[in-house]
Amino acid sequence: MRVALFLTCVNDTLYPDTGRAVVRLLGRLGVDVDFPLAQTCCGQAHYNTGYRHETEPLARHHAEVFGEYDAIVTPSGSCAAMVRELYPRLGERARAEGRGEELAGVLAPVVPKTYELTEFLVDVLGVTDVGAVYPHKVTYHPTCHGLRSLGLGDRPRRLLEAVRGLELVELPGADECCGFGGTFAVKNAGVSAAMGADKMRNAESTGAEVLCAADNSCLMHLGGTMSRAGSVVRPVHIAEILASTEEEPAR
Amino acid sequence: MNETFVGMPAFPEAAREALDDTTLRGNLRHATHTIRAKRAATVAEVSDWAELREAGSRIKEHTLRHLDRYLEQLEESVTAAGGTVHWAADAAEANRIVTELVRETGESEVVKVKSMATQEIGLNEALEAAGIRAYETDLAELIVQLGEDRPSHILVPAIHRNRAEIRDIFRTAMAGWGRPAPEGLSDRPAELAEAARLHLREKFLRAKVGVSGANFMVAETGTMVVVESEGNGRMCLTLPETLISVVGIEKVVPTWRDLEVFLQTLPRSSTAERMNPYTSMWTGTTDGDGPRAFHLVLLDNGRTDTLADEVGRQALRCIRCSACLNVCPVYERAGGHAYGSVYPGPIGAILSPQLRGTASEIDVSLPYASSLCGACYEVCPVAIDIPEVLVRLRERVVEGGPAVREGNRVVLRPARGHAAERAAMRAARWTFTHPGALRTGQRLASRARRLRPRTLPGPGAAWTATRDLPEVPAEPFRDWWERTRGGKEETT
Repeated sequence: MRVALFLTCVNDTLYPDTGRAVVRLLGRLGVDVDFPLAQTCCGQAHYNTGYRHETEPLARHHAEVFGEYDAIVTPSGSCAAMVRELYPRLGERARAEGRGEELAGVLAPVVPKTYELTEFLVDVLGVTDVGAVYPHKVTYHPTCHGLRSLGLGDRPRRLLEAVRGLELVELPGADECCGFGGTFAVKNAGVSAAMGADKMRNAESTGAEVLCAADNSCLMHLGGTMSRAGSVVRPVHIAEILASTEEEPAR
Repeated sequence: MNETFVGMPAFPEAAREALDDTTLRGNLRHATHTIRAKRAATVAEVSDWAELREAGSRIKEHTLRHLDRYLEQLEESVTAAGGTVHWAADAAEANRIVTELVRETGESEVVKVKSMATQEIGLNEALEAAGIRAYETDLAELIVQLGEDRPSHILVPAIHRNRAEIRDIFRTAMAGWGRPAPEGLSDRPAELAEAARLHLREKFLRAKVGVSGANFMVAETGTMVVVESEGNGRMCLTLPETLISVVGIEKVVPTWRDLEVFLQTLPRSSTAERMNPYTSMWTGTTDGDGPRAFHLVLLDNGRTDTLADEVGRQALRCIRCSACLNVCPVYERAGGHAYGSVYPGPIGAILSPQLRGTASEIDVSLPYASSLCGACYEVCPVAIDIPEVLVRLRERVVEGGPAVREGNRVVLRPARGHAAERAAMRAARWTFTHPGALRTGQRLASRARRLRPRTLPGPGAAWTATRDLPEVPAEPFRDWWERTRGGKEETT
């Protein structure tokens, strides 16, 4: 099985540790991932802000880069949701505008082969105990796209529960949005900040050291909020926790 | 739509008031969280909820597709039952029709059943201008009216008020509208309710004209349906001599059987009740029982234009349950007034810019008043994909495109004020379709990483006002990958 790592532009540029963690974790589980260097961005920010015509070339480029692989794994619920949920819609729209099947045909192959990391671990590899060690108190924030668009369900929780040393504590109001929302964080900064502050306070109320999620963009917003407020909680991507071992512990 | 909202500032600015008001935020948080939990529990009791949701969505979609046919059938049924049907293309026409009908009775006051349609057209203000006083009889609408306030929630218009505020409003304002508040009124719910009861009872018994909306209109029989919790609506529907109902054309359902679905989904979604306490139905007029004259004003006011949009039209399925408001994290913080319309929250964010167009500052900002978290879609009992419609409307704002306005096909131009954003999006698209350029950018950022500023200029300032920027890594992932082949050639 040829497996490609779709790292997302945010992870590539700002969170390379997450990418290295995915490579290490999957390698430990016997999966040799490839990283196609031509990959850039799935186009989610463009699409969600209303720039559908700017999104099309990005989606096309993405599908061309990844179309050949048997499986495409990404440590981002929201970028996986972009491909799985919205690429078909881009194709339909092009068809409805009388541009034929071409775009739909280019985008279709990557849609069923794209997996968010925890889905890939649980559904494709069939593992919940990935042999990780992480002796910290952790609370988990199920991000909106992971929760509602992808329906990740309890997969992340099952993976975390199997990590040795990890104490998982319930996050109050877990299924509420953290307030990132892509360009929403800038366009409606006041509301976004209020949502982030509430999420931070909920995380603090659990006594956890670590706020974990399967999306670095949400963690960027929450991490920025916690750092500015001097919070004791720190954001860590689930891939880094699952990759953590006694020999190579994550922070 | 309501003229009073024209000139509203854009959503982010309008939201600031609620964000800065801790009492208001506390009231909203408490109310939405309470009803949210109750709704979830009552919905979980129904084993076939998913099927009911699907059925409701299909009935509404079918009716909208054949709306012309069902409206004609409704007109025939209502007329045959002794009612009179009036057609209103917009708010001004509807207000004119109602004002004229009230004048013909010789009365100068009316009692009102809580109605979103009459709020939408600003009927109370129009009647006031014609010398006719309209009394709101729903408890929450009464609080809003006495407080010279605006409604901030579809179902609970006074959700932003707490008990102490309501007591103060009753004490100060009731006397100016009729029976004053009892001496020494406290903020105990029972006392507040009793004060409202005494105040309203006088109006019910005196009024000769009632004005209502309707939750549903049954085409096959011409039957109108109002569901409510307090019984004040039934008073208004049965005691006056003349009843005038103003109803949006999308409220029609084909048959009585269709009501079965909505009478299950609406109360559970809205008030978290298994069944709503009062379901009133009236069909034309009946000798010796109820109003002697019945007028139905069918309101378009942008609905036909909305119907022309194949994605956006699903907003017309809305049964005004307000479940989407109660789960929306944006509504919870920004409050209802920020939406600049009688339809706040997620449904308002897609309904108002469609009914009114995206010409004003507030309407152009509403499609962005969401983080697209999807909670609204999840709870919607008629499965309106609100996030999808929001993105569609954003597209209309920034890219323009075909639309229907007042029955005419038009091509909308992109809204103003997005030039810088559009340029940035284009530049980003260019970079992302040229991987070499992306890499150059990443390397520049890495090299300048120690210069990471604490505050950003321009739109970035909105980020750094409350959040720190992430640290830029010394090496983007792709450089590490290329250097080490995924760690295989890494040397320590």
